[in-house]
Amino acid sequence: MSAHFPGLVIIIPLVAAFLILIGALLDRRLAFPLTALALLGSLLTAIGLLVKVLQTGVVEYHLAGWAPPVGIAYRVDHLNALVLVAVATVAFVNLMGTRELVKGLFDDRLGPFYTLYILLIAGLQGIVVTGDAFNLYVLLEIAALTGYALVGMSEGRAPLSSLNYIFIGTVGASLYLLGVGYLYLVTGTLNMADLAVRLPALYPSKVVVSAFVICLVGLCIKMGFFPMHAWLPNAYSHAPDPVSSLVAPLVTKVMIYVMIRMMLFVFTPAFAFDQMAISEPMVWLAIVAIVAGSFMALSTRRLKRMLTYIIVAEVGYMVGGFWLGNRLGISGAILHIVNDAIMTLCVFLSAAAIISKVGSDAIDDMQGLFKKMPVTMGVFVVAGLSIIGVPPTCGFFSKWYLISGAVAAGQYGFMAALLLSSLINLVLFFRIFEIAYFEPFHDHHGDHGHFVSAVQEAPFEMLVTLVVTAVLLFALGIYAGDIVSQIIDHAIPVGIT
Amino acid sequence: MDTLISVKPLIAVLVSLLAIPLIGFSRSPNVREGWTFLAAVIKFALVASMLPAVLQGKEIICQVVEVLPGLSLAFRVDAFGMLFALVASFLWIITSAYSIGYMRGLDEHAQTRYFCFFAVSLSAAIGVAFSANLLTMYLFYEMLSLATYPLVTHHQDEEARTSGRKYLLYTVGASIGLVLPAMLVTYHFTGNLDFSPQGVLAGTASRGTVALLLFMFVFGFAKAAVMPLHSWLPAAMVAPTPVSALLHAVAVVKVGVFSIVRVITGIFGTDLLQAFDLSTPLLFVASTTILVGSFIALSQDNLKRMLAFSTIAQLSYIVLGAAMLSPKGVTGGMVHIAMHAFGKITLFFCAGAIFVATGKKNISEMTGIGRRMPVTMTAFFIGALSIIGMPPCGGFLSKWTLVLGALEADQIAILAVLLFSSMLNAAYFMPVVYRAFFCPPEDALFEARVQEAPLFCVVPLTITAVISLVLLVYPQPFMQLAVMSAAKVTGL
Repeated sequence: MSAHFPGLVIIIPLVAAFLILIGALLDRRLAFPLTALALLGSLLTAIGLLVKVLQTGVVEYHLAGWAPPVGIAYRVDHLNALVLVAVATVAFVNLMGTRELVKGLFDDRLGPFYTLYILLIAGLQGIVVTGDAFNLYVLLEIAALTGYALVGMSEGRAPLSSLNYIFIGTVGASLYLLGVGYLYLVTGTLNMADLAVRLPALYPSKVVVSAFVICLVGLCIKMGFFPMHAWLPNAYSHAPDPVSSLVAPLVTKVMIYVMIRMMLFVFTPAFAFDQMAISEPMVWLAIVAIVAGSFMALSTRRLKRMLTYIIVAEVGYMVGGFWLGNRLGISGAILHIVNDAIMTLCVFLSAAAIISKVGSDAIDDMQGLFKKMPVTMGVFVVAGLSIIGVPPTCGFFSKWYLISGAVAAGQYGFMAALLLSSLINLVLFFRIFEIAYFEPFHDHHGDHGHFVSAVQEAPFEMLVTLVVTAVLLFALGIYAGDIVSQIIDHAIPVGIT
Repeated sequence: MDTLISVKPLIAVLVSLLAIPLIGFSRSPNVREGWTFLAAVIKFALVASMLPAVLQGKEIICQVVEVLPGLSLAFRVDAFGMLFALVASFLWIITSAYSIGYMRGLDEHAQTRYFCFFAVSLSAAIGVAFSANLLTMYLFYEMLSLATYPLVTHHQDEEARTSGRKYLLYTVGASIGLVLPAMLVTYHFTGNLDFSPQGVLAGTASRGTVALLLFMFVFGFAKAAVMPLHSWLPAAMVAPTPVSALLHAVAVVKVGVFSIVRVITGIFGTDLLQAFDLSTPLLFVASTTILVGSFIALSQDNLKRMLAFSTIAQLSYIVLGAAMLSPKGVTGGMVHIAMHAFGKITLFFCAGAIFVATGKKNISEMTGIGRRMPVTMTAFFIGALSIIGMPPCGGFLSKWTLVLGALEADQIAILAVLLFSSMLNAAYFMPVVYRAFFCPPEDALFEARVQEAPLFCVVPLTITAVISLVLLVYPQPFMQLAVMSAAKVTGL
């Protein structure tokens, strides 16, 4: 059974997608439990896979028994096992938390919604486990198409944003495909492990260099790396709330995973870091991304939009950390993939809870929220502190690695950008906390909790998931050392110091 | 060095955190304050129970969890940490009593929140005191900044918001902007952030780097209110007075100077700073703060603001003592943590008692107040004497030791600063006392009828005033702890 785990990670959600569609036709109340069951299954599979990798090392799986290079190989090592667990966790937790919201928004379309939801997860989990560069493209498109559909499911400007997302996303994916095509031309293989063996002999080739550049540009578009981020804020902020809290934590992070996978395990670090000489410009671009993202976040007074700009900055964290090219920086980038996924989930879920009560995502409308939604705001504060980078939340520890990497690489500009972004995040979040805490102003002397009756919290399961994610933020922080030494250290090739 | 392994430090830190659900869900105010008292007493008892071992020269260590490879959240109780923890945990008991009198006397809102965050703050303060390494200290330092924010902004009005903004920007901004990078660079050089008697930086970095790091730490710990990063402290006086008393005379600001002294002695090491001749710029910064702070205090009419500027000046005494790098200087600085704490908390308690009883905040409105509140004003007099550094108060001892330290370090200029500053202290405190007691009856703004603040206010301030007196004749265990840790860190 456990031998089939890599396949199950994709097969469970794919099969479930059909079942949900059919089941929802019979009775649309079936859609949620079926999705929950399937995602729980894939979460357990992902955890099982991680345990297996920790015990026995890399797990190879040949889909339908066909050996590569003919068949498609799934290859799970420490890196993707970790990312896989993060993806499966976010997918499951978000599903549980947004049940009421989804019901309120899409009561007549529960079947299609949950089918798309689980197809997206199938695509993302497939991208993470696959060891085949072309198969990755196919799964990328599955994830992308379902993503466009989910984003466009809302009224108002969402369809337009989704259309924009489709155009730009397609360009990104096509560039990636083009790059992979070039690689296939010169090597005759699409299997990543094979590519890594055959490419070093071909490095002087202009085709390989073009493939490298085209692939990287395509991935940068898909991950929303500044200045190719323009689609991201619109798509994520206009999307329905339960969709935002799903795609915002996952899609960009999975794309960064793909970049790390391609650079370290297809093109090999020697080529990517040494021969191409783009580390320095990439780190500088990351600095620009961080600074620009942070300032754009400052310039908006809408909650979801602000959060999307923070994502633009966070993408800069991870890309910059990776291109520092040393073990500390890459560890930080990988750790931040996990931490940022949970952080973003937490912050978008609390935003969804807040917006559903306040009826607007303008931060000026959030007056008195600490009184009205104490639990939600408590979780929101924890998420904010994690994004600012206050110990012992997990955000601090990935920042620790990223800055350590910057110091070790002598990239003080990157260090300064990270610190600046922390300070701006402090302003961003406390700006909201202030409004929610102080306003509306009145004379409090002698006012003994007259507002206690005014507590209007989010639905119960939302609160539970919010608290769970907040606890996760602390747990990830406290176990950051273990995650790095037990998992991430093994994920990075030994040649990198 | 003998070390004991025990979970006591961890429990001592956590006990007030664990009390929060109990405080938060209490059914009546009396039960709620009962839990606060219980937590405070248990905390103090735990801290005190470690005292005998520490006095025997042992250290108590407790490793909680390894959060980064080779870097743990860990506690280590040594003489210096014990000194600060004793002061903070003892004064929490007193302040809790005072809080009851003050908060109920003024019928303040959100008292449950107030007591909860007070408990968090104390956890953080003790956490800083017992930290075994810089990372742990940073964690609790940040926790303290954030936990005190709702206390500083307790009134939730526009003034509180402005002050809260300033407070956060200075304390958290400086710690993220300066301490965090300094800590990471230190870690890059040393691979080790444990506080050790002669520091960890020696032999790893150049003079320029060490100097840069030193100033990033000194200014980064903005809670110490070293100029120019001091102006959050007067702003934070919008907080209810018990907050100003315990946090802005003891816990928060002392955490700032404690951290600076810890870093100077435990990360840099006195020998290294001596070798690189970095004592002088540090002394200069501290002396400037002492003198400028005192001068500004002279011009204040709002009593709490005057006390805030006085605190700014007095805190730099502690930095000054550590910067002398001599055994006597370090001893004086460390023991000043205790002496100043008891003196200044008395003064703040008095300011609060006056406000509760009369609603007056300004010194100019307090003419003749000694006729109405003799006990309070007598306590104020004692506290003031202690801060000035005159016998028969404990403050005399720490200033005396600092003066000896200045002589020992051959710093005549510092001697002059110390003496001049004492004169300035007298110049801003004595008029208050004089006006209160010795004004002509026709100028007095108060009738000669004794009407003190509630008993819960008056008893705590009497206790702290008496302790200020007692500390001159019996300064133990603080003096002994300071001497022990000074001997350890200077290696003499």
